[in-house]
Amino acid sequence: MAEFLQFLISGLTVGAVYALVALGFTLIYNASGVVNFAQGEFVMLGGMVTVFVSAAGVPLPLAAVIAIGIAVAIGLLLHRFAIEPARGASAVTLIIITIGASILLRGLAAIVFDKQFHKLPAFTGDAPVDVLGAAVQPQSFWVLGGTAVVVLALYVFLEHTITGKAVLATAANRLAARLVGINTTTIMALAFGGSAAIGAIAGILVTPITLTSYDVGTLLALKGFAAAMLGGMGNPVGAVVGGLLLGLLEAFGAGYISSTYKDAFAFVVILIVLFAAPQGLFGRRVVERV
Amino acid sequence: MRALLNQRFITLVVLAAVIAALPLVFPSGYYFRVASLVWVSALAAIGLNILMGQAGQVSLGHAAFFGIGAYAVAIGPTHLGIPPWAALLVGAVLSGILAYLVGRPILRLKGHYLAIATLGLGVLVALVITTESRWTGGPDGMPVERLTLFGWRVSGSYTWYWVTGGLLLIGTWIALNLDETPTGRAFRALHDSEVAAQVVGVDVARFKLQAFVIAAIYASLAGSALAFMNGFINPDQAGFLHSVELVTIVVLGGLGSVVGSIVGAAVLITLPQALTIFQEYEHLLLGLIIIVAMIFMRNGIVPSLSGLMVRRTRS
Repeated sequence: MAEFLQFLISGLTVGAVYALVALGFTLIYNASGVVNFAQGEFVMLGGMVTVFVSAAGVPLPLAAVIAIGIAVAIGLLLHRFAIEPARGASAVTLIIITIGASILLRGLAAIVFDKQFHKLPAFTGDAPVDVLGAAVQPQSFWVLGGTAVVVLALYVFLEHTITGKAVLATAANRLAARLVGINTTTIMALAFGGSAAIGAIAGILVTPITLTSYDVGTLLALKGFAAAMLGGMGNPVGAVVGGLLLGLLEAFGAGYISSTYKDAFAFVVILIVLFAAPQGLFGRRVVERV
Repeated sequence: MRALLNQRFITLVVLAAVIAALPLVFPSGYYFRVASLVWVSALAAIGLNILMGQAGQVSLGHAAFFGIGAYAVAIGPTHLGIPPWAALLVGAVLSGILAYLVGRPILRLKGHYLAIATLGLGVLVALVITTESRWTGGPDGMPVERLTLFGWRVSGSYTWYWVTGGLLLIGTWIALNLDETPTGRAFRALHDSEVAAQVVGVDVARFKLQAFVIAAIYASLAGSALAFMNGFINPDQAGFLHSVELVTIVVLGGLGSVVGSIVGAAVLITLPQALTIFQEYEHLLLGLIIIVAMIFMRNGIVPSLSGLMVRRTRS
């Protein structure tokens, strides 16, 4: 039981990070139809900037805010100078552009920072908390709580503010949104900024547990993309559920079956799910009209 | 038809001439090596282009087949006593069979779902290669026995330049001809509209699968060639980033353009070599160049340039 609980909590912790990355994917995908493979780099930036700014003597909370600010600025620049000029290009061209952006950001991070691994101190100490026999790092609660706050904030924003509704309208039908006077370009910029902020928050929360370096973004982007697809691309609830599910799969797979094939479980399950339900778990069935 | 035949013929002659002439301007053996790398990548990219450019299906895990080809010629002779040349064939057959088996369910998916499924396949193959270190040497990779053909030991960057150049010519010839066969036309019908293709009687599932198998065999042979050439192989060759590199080559050069894949490979392989003078700025510049190229030549280098030329001559 204690063992089960241990795997459950570590799975949810990792899954929460995947969920945040997947949410970032979803937000940008909905607003602009772009699958942003540089999403993992926002997570990297969140962690790396916080590490280096706090090492320069800035208190941790302020360093975190600066990190989020920098990530948002880079997200906006990415939209303004890479995505916006390529408007109307095919999906695969846009994917290549974001992959180019991810290579660029990784290269930039390697120059501005370095190529070492870095750690942040846990926000509230390292003494494990006993939860029904399972030893849980306090930072896990920060990750889970932080994710919950982000998800809740995003929900309130989308459902209860005019701007949020404009985002949903743009996601539902871009042309119709423009026709009712929504500035879809602004909405897209907002989505890129928001995704960058969400990614950076994920990076800051998880760095005390998993370490960070200039090249952690790729694997995170893969897992986040997988989580988003598992839930059904474009569905925020699906992204969160997909992310948590992916984390749990990995934790239980590693715990009960084989830790060397930890990364494999996620992808095997995704393949199985896609074979059974080609639109993902929560995806809408799209009827193509010809 | 005659004009097309001529155009294909001219393409092959020009390619052969370029391959034959390049050594005249190469100042050192290092250039032979870089050029061989370009030929190998171009071979894999031409195959992938049949899947992506002609049949219109994305594969983000194509390096898996490249890796299978590479590890077949490494594992076959070392662990199983298969002669190196036979191991190359075994790798190609294995890649073809794997593509056939997973292709049918995977290719039912569309767009991003197809992308993630192929990506998953790629990650799984790379993971098996990295983990089964008893066979593959794990993350450190493993040495590859030299290829011997009829008692002739194929080695040295000079020799491999001609071998890979020859392979590329054959690969290009097949791809150019395929375009004009009923299969090639069926691929293009698929690309434009699956529904329309189905309506006129194209067996959509079968042709998608064919394109996938052909692309896999191309990649496998390219992987084997690279492994023989380097005399060493590591899991990076099967990894996600290499898959991305192959897709980038195809898209950068031009979807559907055989020449484009070769140009794309030449740009993407030589660029990092040229950029090493900037050392730490290498990745930054590479990313920047990819972004700028895709924004300003979104159809790829070759179609964009030829489109430009057509417009010039018209005006």
